[in-house]
Amino acid sequence: MNNQEIKPQSEFSSRVIDDAKEKIISVQNLTKKFGDFAAVDAISFDVYKGEIFGFLGANGAGKTTAMKMLIGISIPTAGEAQVAGFDVLTNAEMVKKNIGYMSQKFSLYDDLTVKENIVFFGGIYGLSRAEIKIKTAALVKELQIEAIINNLVGSLPLGWKQKLSFSVALLHEPKIVFLDEPTGGVDPITRRQFWEMIYTQAYKGTTIFVTTHYMDEAEYCDRVSIMVAGKIEALDTPKNLKKQFNVETMNDVFLKLARNIE
Amino acid sequence: MRTILFIVQKEFKQIFRDKNMLKLIFILPILQLLILSNAATFDVKNINITFVDNDQSAESRALINSFKASSYFNLTAPLFSEKQAIEEMQKGKTDIIVNVPINFSRDLIKEQQTSISVTINAIDAATAGIENVYVAQIVNAFGRNIITKSNYFSTNKEVPENILVIPSFWYNNTLNYKTFMVPGILVLLVTMLTLFLSSMNIVKEKELGTLEQINVTPIKKHQFIIGKLFPFWILGLIVLTVGLLISKIVFNVPMLGSITLIYLFTSVYLLLVLGIGLFISNHTDTQQQAMFIAWFFMVIFILMSGLFTPIESMPEWAQRVTLINPIRYFVEVMRMVMLKGSSFVDIVPQFIIISLYAFVMNGLAVWSYKKSN
Repeated sequence: MNNQEIKPQSEFSSRVIDDAKEKIISVQNLTKKFGDFAAVDAISFDVYKGEIFGFLGANGAGKTTAMKMLIGISIPTAGEAQVAGFDVLTNAEMVKKNIGYMSQKFSLYDDLTVKENIVFFGGIYGLSRAEIKIKTAALVKELQIEAIINNLVGSLPLGWKQKLSFSVALLHEPKIVFLDEPTGGVDPITRRQFWEMIYTQAYKGTTIFVTTHYMDEAEYCDRVSIMVAGKIEALDTPKNLKKQFNVETMNDVFLKLARNIE
Repeated sequence: MRTILFIVQKEFKQIFRDKNMLKLIFILPILQLLILSNAATFDVKNINITFVDNDQSAESRALINSFKASSYFNLTAPLFSEKQAIEEMQKGKTDIIVNVPINFSRDLIKEQQTSISVTINAIDAATAGIENVYVAQIVNAFGRNIITKSNYFSTNKEVPENILVIPSFWYNNTLNYKTFMVPGILVLLVTMLTLFLSSMNIVKEKELGTLEQINVTPIKKHQFIIGKLFPFWILGLIVLTVGLLISKIVFNVPMLGSITLIYLFTSVYLLLVLGIGLFISNHTDTQQQAMFIAWFFMVIFILMSGLFTPIESMPEWAQRVTLINPIRYFVEVMRMVMLKGSSFVDIVPQFIIISLYAFVMNGLAVWSYKKSN
């Protein structure tokens, strides 16, 4: 693995992002209240097709809650959002057909083998047995997992599970894939490899919506938003954000923003 | 339909992967059926009985011998004072004290009547009642014998009318309690297994976080639920089959009615139980909670099912409660079909109630299962 392969900023410019900047996620005043507490407080933003969109924020800032509304498993209290052209409130099932999701709580079945997980998730996304077979073969080749294809997922190291989880979320070729802290708890090399997979997928035109706590990962994103206490406080390319806050790293951008609020 | 097959396939793989669970699912019910059917008996046997024979006559010894002849009683060494006998009962060494008075023999022959005192340990009222009946039966038979004999020798030509009651026990003419209990216990096992497994199944996915992943897929609620419950429906029918085989081979319980009818009823009944399990699963967050709630209902269902205590002798309000107890209907149907040979027409009321009930419970369960919140 050559770490030099990833050069976020330069790669970004060379990647094909629609010139017309077609909106694939559009959020207006999206709000989620638990009682009086607004976990997500009237956020608005757009994500463009083919983008790697970083969704940042401290613990409890409302990232996961916002994401859950976008993937159709949490009903917004107010505001609206269109994902892949469908309204999350009125057409959640169509949204679900067009997105992939990988949660921070690792969610393949530990007591099924790698292959069985692929068959199951492919199946419930409506792939035929033949398609699943082709997909499985492609995955085996891509991830080089011939040796572990019949192992129980529970027996694999976390890094492998995450790569698999990501691949499984992509089985049905979704337009957007939502990743909720996909690289939590793994070593830097594995994280690198994971981001290479993300890049490969982005090159194919899939929009990536990713939350993370790692500021080095934020540098890999095309654009990032930073949520503080339920609101989006900043949204731009990492380069512009650093310029705007007059700092060297995304880490400092984040610290500055979080401190300003407190 | 294809989606459902994928879920069913996955569920079966998970069930069969867990070898320990599989053993529990099959071995435990079989053991329970074998053990409980032999232990849960209404027969009162091995009753310790103590005689205080103050008369020491041929008649008193004849009375004692007629108890000896009964297989229900164990005679302890005869004692000579009431006080000693009461001490024995205090120590728990005897259940019944029979005190034969000093003029027992004389009164019996001369006056044609006498009395003995019987003291019964009634800590367990039900058992005491049965013991009382046994004692009375033996004493009455003994009395009849004596009277007939003495009449024969007496000058009195008038032969007393002897009314002899000859009971005929229908549907279980040997009064074999196992015949009565086995179908009922089988019902319990099938119900417990399917209720517990189904109530813990979906909540388990909630705990693991895989349910969230499922909820993000375009899967339909009914597809998921049917796919989830179908394997347990099959398991329930397999356990029923194993149980029926055991009741035939080991306990020789008759199967007078149609076995198809049993399966037909069970297949609808299982839908109801699975619906209840699913409902519990939807309203709990952990397997522990689900287990507690399933137990709560199970205990009430069992004790109010008419399996161990007749529904007819429950208070009015309790009888009304049993109307919503699914086990009650299943026990009734099993006993009716297996022991009485009832046909479909006879079980129509139970069938309709269970079908409606299943429909309502599953409706509630599907409705309360939310893919989003």
